[in-house]
Amino acid sequence: MGLSRRDFLKVTAAGGLAAASSLSPAPVLAREPIARLPEGLGILYDATVCIGCKACMAACKEYNHLPPDFFTPGSLWDNPQDLSAKTVNIVKLYENGTGEVKDREINGFSFIRRFCMHCVDPACASACPVSALFKDPKTGVVKYNKDACIGCRYCQVACPFNIPKFQWDQAFPQIVKCQLCDHRIAKGGYSACCEFCPNGASIFGDVQSLRREARRRLALPVGEVAPYPMHRVDSNDFQYRTVTPYQNYIYGDRDGGGTQVLMLSGVPFQKLGLPALGVESAASQSETLYHTLYKGMIVPYVVLGGLFYLIYKNTTGHELP
Amino acid sequence: MAEFDAPSGRKKVSRSALAAAQAQTHTEWETLSGSKVVTKPFLVLAAIAAVAGVLIIYRFLFGLGAVTNLSDGYPWGIWITYDVLVGTALGCGGYATAILVYVFNRWEYHPVVRSAVLTSVFGYSLAGLAIFLDIGRYWNGYKLFLPWSVNFNSVLVEVALCIAAYVLVLWIELLPTILEGSPENAKGVSLRHRLERWLPVIAAVGILLPTMHQSSLGTLMIISGHKLSPLWQTHMLPAFFLLSAITMGLAVTAFESIVSSIAFKRPFETPMLSKLLVTMAWVTVVYLILRFADLLVRGAPVFTSGFQSFMFFLETLLYAAPLLLLLSPVWEKDLRWLFLASVSMLLAGSLYRFNAFLIGYSPGPGWTYFPALSEILITLGIVALEIMGYLYFVKRYPVLPKVEHA
Repeated sequence: MGLSRRDFLKVTAAGGLAAASSLSPAPVLAREPIARLPEGLGILYDATVCIGCKACMAACKEYNHLPPDFFTPGSLWDNPQDLSAKTVNIVKLYENGTGEVKDREINGFSFIRRFCMHCVDPACASACPVSALFKDPKTGVVKYNKDACIGCRYCQVACPFNIPKFQWDQAFPQIVKCQLCDHRIAKGGYSACCEFCPNGASIFGDVQSLRREARRRLALPVGEVAPYPMHRVDSNDFQYRTVTPYQNYIYGDRDGGGTQVLMLSGVPFQKLGLPALGVESAASQSETLYHTLYKGMIVPYVVLGGLFYLIYKNTTGHELP
Repeated sequence: MAEFDAPSGRKKVSRSALAAAQAQTHTEWETLSGSKVVTKPFLVLAAIAAVAGVLIIYRFLFGLGAVTNLSDGYPWGIWITYDVLVGTALGCGGYATAILVYVFNRWEYHPVVRSAVLTSVFGYSLAGLAIFLDIGRYWNGYKLFLPWSVNFNSVLVEVALCIAAYVLVLWIELLPTILEGSPENAKGVSLRHRLERWLPVIAAVGILLPTMHQSSLGTLMIISGHKLSPLWQTHMLPAFFLLSAITMGLAVTAFESIVSSIAFKRPFETPMLSKLLVTMAWVTVVYLILRFADLLVRGAPVFTSGFQSFMFFLETLLYAAPLLLLLSPVWEKDLRWLFLASVSMLLAGSLYRFNAFLIGYSPGPGWTYFPALSEILITLGIVALEIMGYLYFVKRYPVLPKVEHA
C-alpha cells in the first residue's frame, strides 16, 4: 500500500525520539564507570605459586558447609569437574604438549583457580531484578540474599565468568556462589581458601595492597629468590621462593571494569579459560543503553503523549479540545 | 483496541475507508454460530495440555532439572526463547494492527483487529504462565511488583512489569468483545460505552507497552557481552527486536486470517491481506538495511562463525523471502504467495529470537543445550491451551470479521 508522506511524518513525530535515542552512536547519558571501593576486599591468586593441592577446595567446602560433588559413580571423595551449586571454588589444570615445565604455555602446564571475581561493577547485580545479588557497599563483596531471589537466572546469563550456580535438582532452589567467606570476615576472620593455602598462592587483603603486591611480583627479576607473603597480603609470614616468569599482566586490574580478585600467571590468561574482556563492564554497557532510553521515563511519556494525540484525532475526527 | 467502534463520522474525517468502517458499525464482527466448541481437534489439544499439566506438577515437586535440560551454562531454554520471546512476538498482532488502524488511520484493517487482539491475549497471558513455571523461586515472584524491592538497573524489571501491565491492557481490550456477547446485560452495555470513551487512552497505552518491552527483550542480551556471538550482540538489539515484533505481528495477523478462513470455511480477505503483507515487506526492507549496516560497521564475522553463520544466513533468507511480494503485482495478490510470505516471516522472526538467545549464545567450552522431551511437551501444552482459548472465543463471541452473505 505504501504509507503516505503525511503518515510517515506523523509517526516520526510520535516514535522518532525513541528511535533516535536508540540509534544514537554516542548516548548522551552514558553512565560513569564505577570506581573501586577504597576499602574493597579481595584475593590475589598467583598461579606460578600454586601447587594444585586443592587444600583451598577442601577448606572452602568445610567452612561454607557445601556437600561433596561426586563426578564419578562410587567415588569416595569430592571430585568436581567444574563449578556447580555444590562447588564454588575449583582448581583446574592447563596442559599443553608434553606438559614438562610448570607455568609455561608450550609443552607446559599451569594450575588455575576459578571462583567469583567479585567484580567492581558486577553484571549479576546489575541484571538481578530484585537485588538478590548485590555488592556490599563497604567491602565490595558480591553477596546473595535468598529471601529476595525469584530464581530467574538472569545473573547466570549476565556473568562473564559463569559464576552464579543454580540448584537444578531442588524443588526450592537457590543460587550458590562464593561470597568471599563474608561470614568469617564478619567475625574478624578471612577467606578460608587463603587461610588454608599452604604455599601462599592465594592471599587475602584489601584490593589496593593486593594490586601493589601484584605489581611488585611482576617487577621481580626472574631467577631471584624473593619473599612471598603467606595467607594475607599484610602478613609477616613469608615464603622465600625463586621467581619464575610471569605474563606481564594483572588479570582483573581493568578487565571487565575491574575485579576485586586479581590473578597472576605464567601462561596467557585466555589459555587458562579466563575471558578476554574490554575495560568497560557489561553492566555499564547495558545500563547506559537502558537508561538512555528510559531516564526519568521521559521518552516513554513523550511517545505516549504523541500516541494519545494521534489516536484521539483519528478516532474522533477532532483536534484535542 | 479490539472492539471499539469506528469513529462516529464527524466532518473532518473524510477517508473512504473510514466511511466504510462507519457504515459497518456494530456489524463488523460475528460469532461463529452453531459451531460446537468441543470437537475432535479440541479434545486432542486438551489431551496435550493434560500431559503438560502432569509434567508441570512433576516440575514443582522435583525441580527444574527433573523436566528440563537446562544447565548452569544454558540457564534459559525454550520456555524463555519460545514461550516468552516467540510467544509474545506471535502475540504482537494486536499491537501491529493497532498501529496501522489508530496511528496511521487505516480503518480498512479494523475488521481484523479483534481476532488479532484475541491472539495477543492468549500469546501474552500464557507467556506469563511460562515465566511462572520457569522461575525457580516463584513464591518470591511478587517482589517484582514492589517498587522498593526491585532494581531499576535491571532490564528484566522493565520487561516483567511491562509484560504484566500489557496482559492487563489486553484483557481490557478484549472486554468489549466479551460484553458484546451478552447484549441483554444492561450493566455490560453501559460498561462498554464507558470503555469506548477511554479508547484513545487504552489504545495509546496498548501501543506504548509493547514498544517498550519488545525492544527491551533485545536489550536483555546486551549484558551477556562476549557470550553472545557478534552476529547478534549489538547495541541495535532493542531496535531489531522491536522491528521483528512489528513484522511478526503483521505476519501472524495475516496467517491467522488465512488459517481460520480455511478452518471455518469462510471467504478469504485477500485484498486486505495483500496490503497488510506489503506493508510488512516494507518494514522488513528497513530492518534488513539496518541489520546489514550494523554488521558492516562492526565488522562481524558473518562467514566464519561455522554453524552460527549458517543459522544467520537461514535467518536472513527467511527475512528476505517475503520481499518477493514487492517484485510482482501478481504474487502480491495471490493467496498462496501471501500465505508463504507470512509463514516465512514468522519463521524468520522466531529464528532471529532463537539465534539471539540460544543458538548465538555460548557460555564456553563443554556446555550444550537441546530441550528435553518433557520440556518440549510443556511448551506444546501451552501452545495447545492458546489454540483452545482462541477456538472457544471465536465460537462464543463476535471476534471474526463479518462475512457479507449474498
